[in-house]
Amino acid sequence: MKLNGAQILLESLKQEEVDTIFGFPGGSVIGLYHELSNYSFNHYLVRHEQGAVHGADGYARATGKAGVVFVTSGPGATNTVTGLATAFMDSVPLVVFSGQVPTQLIGNDAFQEVDIVGISRPCTKHNYLVKEIKDLAKVVKEAFYIARSGRPGPVLVDLPKDVMAAEYEFSYPKKVHIRSYNPNYEPNTKQVRKAVDLISKAEKPLIFAGGGVITGGAHEELTWLARELQIPVTASMMGLGGFPGNDPLWLGMLGMHGTYAANMAVNSTDLMISVGVRFDDRATGKLETFAPEAKLIHVDIDPTSIRKNVNVDIPIVSDCRRALQALRNELTPILQNENLADNYASWRERVKGWSEENPLTYKPSETSIKPQQVVEKLYELTQGEAIVTTEVGQNQMWAAQHFLYHKPRSWISSGGLGTMGYGFPAAIGAQIAYPDKLVIDIAGDGSIQMNIQELATAVCYGLPVKIIILNNTYLGMVRQWQDLFYDKNYCATCMDQSPDFVKLAQAYGAEGYFLDKPGDIDEVLTKAINSKNTVIVEVAVEKEENVYPMVPAGAGLNQMLLV
Amino acid sequence: MLRTLSVLVENEPAVLSRVSGLFSGRGFNIESLNVAPTLDKNISLMTIVTDGEEQIVEQIIKQLRKLITVIKVVDMNEVNCVEREMVLLKVNAVEDYRAEILRIVDIFRCKVVDVSPAELCLEATGDKDKIDALINLLQRFGIKEIARTGAVAMRRGLQTER
Repeated sequence: MKLNGAQILLESLKQEEVDTIFGFPGGSVIGLYHELSNYSFNHYLVRHEQGAVHGADGYARATGKAGVVFVTSGPGATNTVTGLATAFMDSVPLVVFSGQVPTQLIGNDAFQEVDIVGISRPCTKHNYLVKEIKDLAKVVKEAFYIARSGRPGPVLVDLPKDVMAAEYEFSYPKKVHIRSYNPNYEPNTKQVRKAVDLISKAEKPLIFAGGGVITGGAHEELTWLARELQIPVTASMMGLGGFPGNDPLWLGMLGMHGTYAANMAVNSTDLMISVGVRFDDRATGKLETFAPEAKLIHVDIDPTSIRKNVNVDIPIVSDCRRALQALRNELTPILQNENLADNYASWRERVKGWSEENPLTYKPSETSIKPQQVVEKLYELTQGEAIVTTEVGQNQMWAAQHFLYHKPRSWISSGGLGTMGYGFPAAIGAQIAYPDKLVIDIAGDGSIQMNIQELATAVCYGLPVKIIILNNTYLGMVRQWQDLFYDKNYCATCMDQSPDFVKLAQAYGAEGYFLDKPGDIDEVLTKAINSKNTVIVEVAVEKEENVYPMVPAGAGLNQMLLV
Repeated sequence: MLRTLSVLVENEPAVLSRVSGLFSGRGFNIESLNVAPTLDKNISLMTIVTDGEEQIVEQIIKQLRKLITVIKVVDMNEVNCVEREMVLLKVNAVEDYRAEILRIVDIFRCKVVDVSPAELCLEATGDKDKIDALINLLQRFGIKEIARTGAVAMRRGLQTER
């Protein structure tokens, strides 16, 4: 049977088992939306296309499925760019379908025309312009395959209006074969043996987990390795949740705002087992002094991650899970004869000493609320049974430090790109994926205002997302840098003209609470958490609180500023 | 150090911008870039001459391989290869110098492809050093125009019989 392009796209999405779409219509995609009304997809109408992409991204990070977005041409398409770049940096599978002007108008500067394939090229894993209806089904199949496979990432498919209206026989390809794209999943056995050899000879091993552990579903294998061999574990921000945050072997995050114990362990380890990481500058600090005494094992599915920033002794290009399974298979017989964990006993003592010496801390106050205290209270009230998203800045770092993440995909935050305005739409996406779970966006007063319009979306679909605004009336992280490195010149970081967030919540039909007394934290947060509605809690926190520890940009990880 | 990469790509509209965008976006150098279809019209061969430290070139090769439309990347410096480029030169050739220029043409095995009363248009092929030497020798006569193709390269055949 012949179908039009819009129907072919929607039928293809059914074949890909898509049920949720985030979108915003416009001139070039009216035809698509016209057909959409005949299908049973759950389409979420956002208030800004950036919200659609972050929403799909949050949905994808919470579930592991590919997020799907519809936008129109021109500004609809350009509004997706920040979302695409965010997903690209953090390896999130998305397929964004953008409308385009009819093929005969492309290149003519038509109304709402933009070269989105050109614009999005450096911030997508791949992109397509579908010029002929005969290619449409194949392109959709490839787009999902590329987005989900290997190191996942966003794919954009640009759809000219006439292609969506044209008719063609629909048949969805069963298989996809791209001769130039064959991601490698299996670890090289020789490399795995070399890694095992290093592990059995090490005295001070450290596991460094990254986002690849979450994306690759390798948390169980990683946990086995750590517990069986009693090796301390740290993680990049993207790796939070890859290892239980309440395990005694957990050191906390490393890097610029990492814990003292984690950074000192990096500085002293003789074998770093890094899994699914890419050695980002926020994690490593000054490269010359990063893990100076260590041999490095580096597992990652993306060959470009290996030897990009640091030299590696044993590179293993592989899916993280399969690499760790291979390690387990090689280690199991060795462990029957030798208890390797014993070899690391004095190292563990040393690491424990660092944890006790300088734990994460802050000075509580009787008169003002400390932001760390709010995050700690959220953890205490939920025991980690929540999906936490964050905005970017101090709120993000406190959320990373003071909330313990026990499960993968319970921590959703923009790591690589550091996108302010990410957390709230991402929370909406996560809540859509899990209507019954508690989803909390830990926000700042600056970043929440970057996508605050999505309150309408949350309320409209009855999504009980909890937004906790740590309001310090500053763009706090920039202010902190100005405080520490720019002579306290608080240029353009003071935001004391924010709206009344309680009234704002009410205006959108959400619940709003204001909190400024330390004694009320428990009660208000409990009320918020138990609410069935979208809630904003505006917390007036200590204005000039800084995030510590802090490794100044360009310094080594052992040069931390402590409280 | 200059490195020559042979890159087989899908012959489709955006492929050149994907490759050149990768180089500009990541701050890699392009010394020259040459692209044309192969016998299979769906596949083009790009020959890219780049410059960089070992680790940078390794990263360039990996990043190229990561592009979905790139089929194969060969580092021609790792194999035994023939490398050639072509140049067209328009040289000042007034009567006084003409004989001397033609001697150089002879020595370098160039071709004269166009003649006018005051100019000669020359065609030469060779590796980069030869072309550079030729240009160097002709410069004192005055080179009015130059068009270089950038290198193309091919792996040499096996020297022993199977």
